[in-house]
Amino acid sequence: MGTFSRAFKEEAEELLLDLESALLDLAESPDDPELIDRVFRSLHTIKGSGGMFGFEEVVAFTHEFESVLDRVRDGDLPVTQELIRTTLQACDLIRGLIDGRGDLSADVADTVGTLKSLCPPVEGADAGTWRRSDGPLVTYRIEFQPMADIFTFGANLLSLLNELREMGDCVIKARTGGIPSLEHIASQQCYIGWEIRLTTDCSLNEIRDVFIFVEDRCALTIERTGEERRIEDDRPGYAQSRAGDHPVEPTLRQEGTASIRVAAEKLDALVDLVSELVTTQASLSQRTSLQTDPKMTAIAETVERLTDELRDRTIRLRMVPIRTLYVRFRRMVHDLADALGKSVDLHTAGDETELDKTVIERLNEPLVHLIRNCIDHGIEPPDYRVALGKPAKGRLHLSAEHAGHNVLIRVADDGAGLDPAIIREKALAAGLMDADDDPGESEIFSFIFAPGFSTKTEASPVSGRGVGMDVVKESVERLRGAITISSRKGEGTTITLKLPLTLAIIDGLLVAAGAQQYVIPLATVESCMELTPAACRGGRGRQLLNIREALIPYVRLRDLFRVAGDPPAVEEVVIVRLSNVRVGFVIDQIVGEYQTVIKSIGRLYRDARAFSGATILADGTVALILDPHRLTEIAENDEGRRFREEKL
Amino acid sequence: MAKTIMTVDDSASVRQMVSFTLKQAGYEVVEAVDGEDAIEKLDDAPVNMLVTDLNMPKKDGIELIREVRSRQQYRFMPIIMLTTESQAEKKQEGKAAGATGWIVKPFKPEQLLAVIKKVLG
Repeated sequence: MGTFSRAFKEEAEELLLDLESALLDLAESPDDPELIDRVFRSLHTIKGSGGMFGFEEVVAFTHEFESVLDRVRDGDLPVTQELIRTTLQACDLIRGLIDGRGDLSADVADTVGTLKSLCPPVEGADAGTWRRSDGPLVTYRIEFQPMADIFTFGANLLSLLNELREMGDCVIKARTGGIPSLEHIASQQCYIGWEIRLTTDCSLNEIRDVFIFVEDRCALTIERTGEERRIEDDRPGYAQSRAGDHPVEPTLRQEGTASIRVAAEKLDALVDLVSELVTTQASLSQRTSLQTDPKMTAIAETVERLTDELRDRTIRLRMVPIRTLYVRFRRMVHDLADALGKSVDLHTAGDETELDKTVIERLNEPLVHLIRNCIDHGIEPPDYRVALGKPAKGRLHLSAEHAGHNVLIRVADDGAGLDPAIIREKALAAGLMDADDDPGESEIFSFIFAPGFSTKTEASPVSGRGVGMDVVKESVERLRGAITISSRKGEGTTITLKLPLTLAIIDGLLVAAGAQQYVIPLATVESCMELTPAACRGGRGRQLLNIREALIPYVRLRDLFRVAGDPPAVEEVVIVRLSNVRVGFVIDQIVGEYQTVIKSIGRLYRDARAFSGATILADGTVALILDPHRLTEIAENDEGRRFREEKL
Repeated sequence: MAKTIMTVDDSASVRQMVSFTLKQAGYEVVEAVDGEDAIEKLDDAPVNMLVTDLNMPKKDGIELIREVRSRQQYRFMPIIMLTTESQAEKKQEGKAAGATGWIVKPFKPEQLLAVIKKVLG
């Protein structure tokens, strides 16, 4: 039962999100019957499966919920802001009940009270409006074998089978035994028969009616099987939404999308195996390049092609559309705007853009932050906006699109925008720049990512004092992404996140220090150069580089990892940019760019914090993937004070 | 593209009712007053389905069905005949001639649409 109820919880969460977004849509277009139906479908499924998994409270509560919406559907209850607010609260309660969050009976009673107070008393009994009585469900076994010439009478067998499908739970199996070998097939004849198992509350006559036009051109048997059960829930709301305008049950609809739920661990195991395959294939390719057998080379090339495709497809399995994030935001935007007395329209684009599930999960927090900022700091109150000649409703635009191996996510508002003059002033006060510096606009904007930087003079309960933009930047960078900002005072702000499609593959720079090779994430690399004595400044103990008038601290990987032996005569340095800091890593030699599947290095090495993973090179040796953030921290601790003073 | 249905009936009121119902449901409709008229109009423009009465002057429904069915182009086209309760024999004849199904007169617009959905998909 444990795993079942977990599945139910997962499913219920999806349904609740869908329910919420349907309710919010409904607030915008109250007359759309399709939306009411969507609300019903979600609610009904929650109620149905809730009952199956023993969530009796959920069933009772959703039933109350449903009866209110029923009145809305019948048109005797208008969709008001209050109704939407109460129903959204009801969603929260359902969520709470499913999560088993303490004793909610008081809240339930409360909300039920509000729901009921929204409904005017019913005139007369509303019985008799249900179209079909909740008769017993009967399972029939139908055998249907049309005559070969049936098509020449214009019969449409497909729509006939569809008609059966709409009558209830239906499993249709084709009998293909009668199909002759190809040379004997007459293309206009029907060779197929069907076996159908139908569980329905329709009568035998209703089923016979489906076959009425073809009954004398086919062999047809319809018989009841032993299994019978009554619909357990005999409340009218149940019967109606079951037998009403939607003859097809929601669960049946979902079958159309044909998706399978797979545990994340299974996918991870697959990704692991594939990455080993990639490595093995790389060694194979390397070996075959050393020999001259053309057949062998051809095989190795095919294996390479197949492995590449297998790798890409496997990684795509872990990808989910960003829509799953968007739906959460709709509710948040609605509530936030409400709390702040603002009016905000959320627009989304690129809902189907796919990203690795881990990236999506880890994106939630930074995006929540950015959206809060937009609504709190960006979008002005409605009357203020009107005075400025803008529409009273603010616009928040979330979009996602693929750009090569990356995904660009934009959060844009049409609010107040950033004022470069104010930021400049604050940056001066915070000592982030000198009075005679003349940074460009984008550089000025990037100051808001500095720790503790805020242009807001007073703290607000929603987004605080701007604490957090640095956190946002860091979380994006941890995903190996980048964040940029563009803004026009009075017109709005756009924040763009550039993220890798997946965390399972890394574009890296392969470098060597001693006998060991390392991978530095390419996204963080700013430049590479030779470490010339002229560039080294600061004398003993102070490891600083002078690059284009900027002093950059550097770390020798040889020192850090205590590599034995002498360094080569000419060392090289890779300059990495992290947040607002630049750091140089000195290595023996740059090997080249390298795209690789990341393997985790296992729990035994979890204290080796300088590494985010490992990869196996084509020759079978292991290369460690450096985590520049951690590495810098470690180096900072080592070098202490000297290092910190020189931060940009 | 909207599917085209031909209605063949010598009674103007039945034709109108069928035609109106089908147009409301989004179909294109071609009207014909009897079998001969129907054949002529079929030559002009192809249709996706035929709804025909059985008792008509000049060429009756049974003959029309047989003739239409014999054409390669219309071998698999749905043909619905309009019958009355008392015409059990005619109905058999129509089926033998190649009709796909039938509707018993008098019928309501919903019944007509349900049958059309059944055979036209």
